[in-house]
Amino acid sequence: MAETILPTPAPAVRMETMVERLRRRARLVLALRLAVLVFLVGGWELGVRVGLIDPFFFGQPSGIVEKLIDWFQNGTSIGPLWKQIWVTIYEAGAGFLIGAVMGILCGIALGRNQLLSDVFSIYIKVANSIPRVVLGSIFIVALGLGAASKIALAVVMVFFVVFANAFQGVREADKNLIANARILGASDWQMTRAVVIPSALSWILASLHVSFGFALVGAIVGEFLGAREGMGLLIATAQGSFDSNGVFAAMIVIAVVALIAEWLLTMIEDRLLTWRPETTINE
Amino acid sequence: MDAITPTAVALKNVARRFVTPAGEILSALENFDLSIAPGEFFAIVGPTGCGKSTTLGLIAGLAKPQAGEVTLFDAPVDGVDRRVGFVFQQDAVFPWRNVLGNVMAGPLFRGVPKARAEEMARDWINRVGLKGFEDHHPHQLSGGMRKRVALAQTFINNPQVLLMDEPFSSLDVQTRELMQEELLQLWAQAKSAVLFVTHDLDEAILLADRVAVLTTRPARVKSVHTIDLPRPRDVAKLRYDERFIAIARNISDDLREEVLRARAGH
Repeated sequence: MAETILPTPAPAVRMETMVERLRRRARLVLALRLAVLVFLVGGWELGVRVGLIDPFFFGQPSGIVEKLIDWFQNGTSIGPLWKQIWVTIYEAGAGFLIGAVMGILCGIALGRNQLLSDVFSIYIKVANSIPRVVLGSIFIVALGLGAASKIALAVVMVFFVVFANAFQGVREADKNLIANARILGASDWQMTRAVVIPSALSWILASLHVSFGFALVGAIVGEFLGAREGMGLLIATAQGSFDSNGVFAAMIVIAVVALIAEWLLTMIEDRLLTWRPETTINE
Repeated sequence: MDAITPTAVALKNVARRFVTPAGEILSALENFDLSIAPGEFFAIVGPTGCGKSTTLGLIAGLAKPQAGEVTLFDAPVDGVDRRVGFVFQQDAVFPWRNVLGNVMAGPLFRGVPKARAEEMARDWINRVGLKGFEDHHPHQLSGGMRKRVALAQTFINNPQVLLMDEPFSSLDVQTRELMQEELLQLWAQAKSAVLFVTHDLDEAILLADRVAVLTTRPARVKSVHTIDLPRPRDVAKLRYDERFIAIARNISDDLREEVLRARAGH
């Protein structure tokens, strides 16, 4: 009797422990992450309290939290906080969209056309090697203190990253797939739609992740250089009044915006790349 | 002579050369002659890297010869021809499309209305035994199943000339045998001319009406052997048939000579 009953539950038990072990590990990782955060922020706060760190230069966690609460409740020195966040998101988002669309279109066009790519690749390399933030000054002179100059800077920041990836993605398209599509009867346009764009898509999406960060940099640096509103101006104002807590508080707001954008992009990516093999649980 | 017997594929005195990155000219084919009759199953064997795939590329219109003439049904090849189908060595099904999308790709590219293309595709998915897998993506299928998708994708276009570049070389022995069996059945219905490139002599003899042995690079046709084994053939049994063994012994002497020369670096 015992022999017939005992062996059957064994595999189930083993599965149970495996699942349990994975869960325990996930909890451990979470706990350690929290510990690191507490250690760093707590150390900072403690350092200020015992006098090791000067809060005038380096801020203070409790002061930053107070500042954030104050901004949310009473608004900032340059107007309501929501307005500043929205202006920066608008500039970065518009720059991101324009830059990404232009980058994708140019990348695919040049990737598909050997002559165009031979002619233009040299200029793109040159343009890419210029530190593009410098262009911000020109844009402000040319386009003024409004949103246009910030959007232009964000476009320039985003364009080259997306372009380079789209171009590379098109070039990396599997030669076998291209030959197959051609023999199955695809025209050039059908080839671009059915083979080239799908295979470049994972490259393009990867670049979009990076480049939203660049769009934010473009918008904020633009506001820094000259603006009437926005998170960059908020930071510049805080800097001007030696308010380090204000600088840090603005930084946290920007980080939250960047993380939300990142999360949205990941969702879009998962939706577009459903055909990819699923990653294993261990990852 | 040529005017009397029609050919599905003919290569006359063809040469195909490449320029290597070092600037040297590498000759893949020289003085290459070959002709295949409509409806014939023709196999090419030869040492690896001898220019077998190059030959297929020329017939498919993916590349142009530097000398000589390549014809399809006695007309010169000019670009990709609609009557040609190609099954690749590596997976060439579209990983971002499901099975149905892959099989109906050809008709859609060629302007067949969507409803009709889908109907055709479902029929071909049935014929290659993939019913129930229409919504699967290639990464969810086994190697043999992906090959079936590739076959359906090609046969749905009803090719009169079917080029196959070591299509089953990546499959395990059992799956390969099944696929060979299946290919012979599809071919018997489609009645297309087949040019089947392989490095596996047994496979060539089991499937083909004629087998050509190529020389090492630059490739020429060394000899052509007629395989007079009766059809329909049972691939699994035929392997142990005495007639098959006699033919295989005969051709393999021919082939071994070339393989040894290739290894010696000629």
